[in-house]
Amino acid sequence: MDISNLTRDYLHKLFKEGQRFDGRGLLDLKDVSIEYGVSNKAEGSARVKIGKTEVIAGVKIDVGTPYPDSLDSGNLVVSGDLLPLASPRFEMGPPGFGGIEVPRLIDRLLRESGFIDFEGLCIKEGEKVWTLYVDVYPINDDGALIDAASLACVAALRHATLPELTEDQKVNRESKGKKKVPLNESMLPLSFTFFKLGDSLLLHPTREEEEACEAKITFGASKWEGTLMINSCQKGWETTFSRADIETMMDTIPEKYEELSKKLNKLLK
Amino acid sequence: MVLKRVSGRKATEMRPMIAKVGVVPNADGSAIFAFGNSIAIAAVYGPRQLHPQHMQDPSTGILRVTYDLLSFSVSDRKKPGPSRRSQEISKVIEWSLLPVLDLKEFPNTVVDVQVYIPQADASTRVAAINAASMALAHAGLPMKDLVTAVSVGKLDKDLVVDVDKDEEDFEGGEGPTDFPMAKIAQSEAFTLLQLDGKIPPESVKKALAMGSDACNEVYEVQKKALKEFV
Repeated sequence: MDISNLTRDYLHKLFKEGQRFDGRGLLDLKDVSIEYGVSNKAEGSARVKIGKTEVIAGVKIDVGTPYPDSLDSGNLVVSGDLLPLASPRFEMGPPGFGGIEVPRLIDRLLRESGFIDFEGLCIKEGEKVWTLYVDVYPINDDGALIDAASLACVAALRHATLPELTEDQKVNRESKGKKKVPLNESMLPLSFTFFKLGDSLLLHPTREEEEACEAKITFGASKWEGTLMINSCQKGWETTFSRADIETMMDTIPEKYEELSKKLNKLLK
Repeated sequence: MVLKRVSGRKATEMRPMIAKVGVVPNADGSAIFAFGNSIAIAAVYGPRQLHPQHMQDPSTGILRVTYDLLSFSVSDRKKPGPSRRSQEISKVIEWSLLPVLDLKEFPNTVVDVQVYIPQADASTRVAAINAASMALAHAGLPMKDLVTAVSVGKLDKDLVVDVDKDEEDFEGGEGPTDFPMAKIAQSEAFTLLQLDGKIPPESVKKALAMGSDACNEVYEVQKKALKEFV
């Protein structure tokens, strides 16, 4: 991570006192905003801003064949790349680990939560199903990229409509379909990435704070029959989390989920 | 526990474990670790000169982990070569081992850990971590402790340790949850945490406690194998 020891030490001291440069508490979230219709060629798209971090996601939909182990279910493919456009940290060339990790984490959050009604994506059992391609790209990375990216994917999916088929059973790209992509909207999958420096845990870091931190862990959470469930988790980087750290997170997530979902209910279409 | 496990195991009962070191004579360190039918073979090469040179770090040696399923290890043949899944798992295994290693004495070098799964029955990444950790110790690298790993599962509402394939494919109720974890053997510091499924936050806490106990059993098996070699 490209950060000076001086800044890291100062942030360490600041976090110990529960303070941050921008005046937030360690677990305070940044402002969130959502816009729709980033590309009129996509079946659904959204732009999400979390503080200065900006991410866009688009959904393209095609006719595909089902997997042999789920003949009555549609397919989901999440991909993306950390574009060098968005940060001096991101490098050109084939996707590095970051470009693999972000879409995989989002894929698991969407899949495990049950947010997408895969059976509703079946056109003809065993033969034809809808394949959803969800692609997510950062425009500006100022920390908490995964949390912003997963929200952008959820928003783009909620904005997406299924295309119509022409008489010869091809996708009609001339006009937009009217039917929404089948989703269980009440589940609202959200991700929360905790970052750790020393013994301090924080949410929604800035890029500078993120670079100072030594460990991170992303949790995906959603509502299932009214109960909050953790759907996915992945720890990253080279430092450990204690059992007490994880227990603190388990107590924090329900509270933050409520706070964020209340805000999003006004923003999400 | 309301449900019965297909294997007839108790909730906290692991599959029989096999652990052995020195299984790859060419390597500087090597080990095999199995949870029942899930087998991992690990070999360590290094510290050795790191190429390409621009990856070298003059302040420390680096760790490079490669994990993959062999093509015939699963029911539907796995296409050989790295996938997004194997690249991700390689990286998280690397992160899971780094906290116990100190490679500062070996600047500009690399320690390569190669872990392959010849036969898979779920929980392969945790078997891989156990094998890799033993192989690093067998190679005589400076380590603070071993890393031990296990996966805790949730079938509907019941927590179980050491998930097998039948359990990974469980259907009904809240469905299956797979929660692989690794920790520094003699502490409560977790070096790998991943999760897939549906689990309430309170159960996560219980699963950690259960996994931690199971890890202690793994540690005894690892220690025994290393001592037998000496």
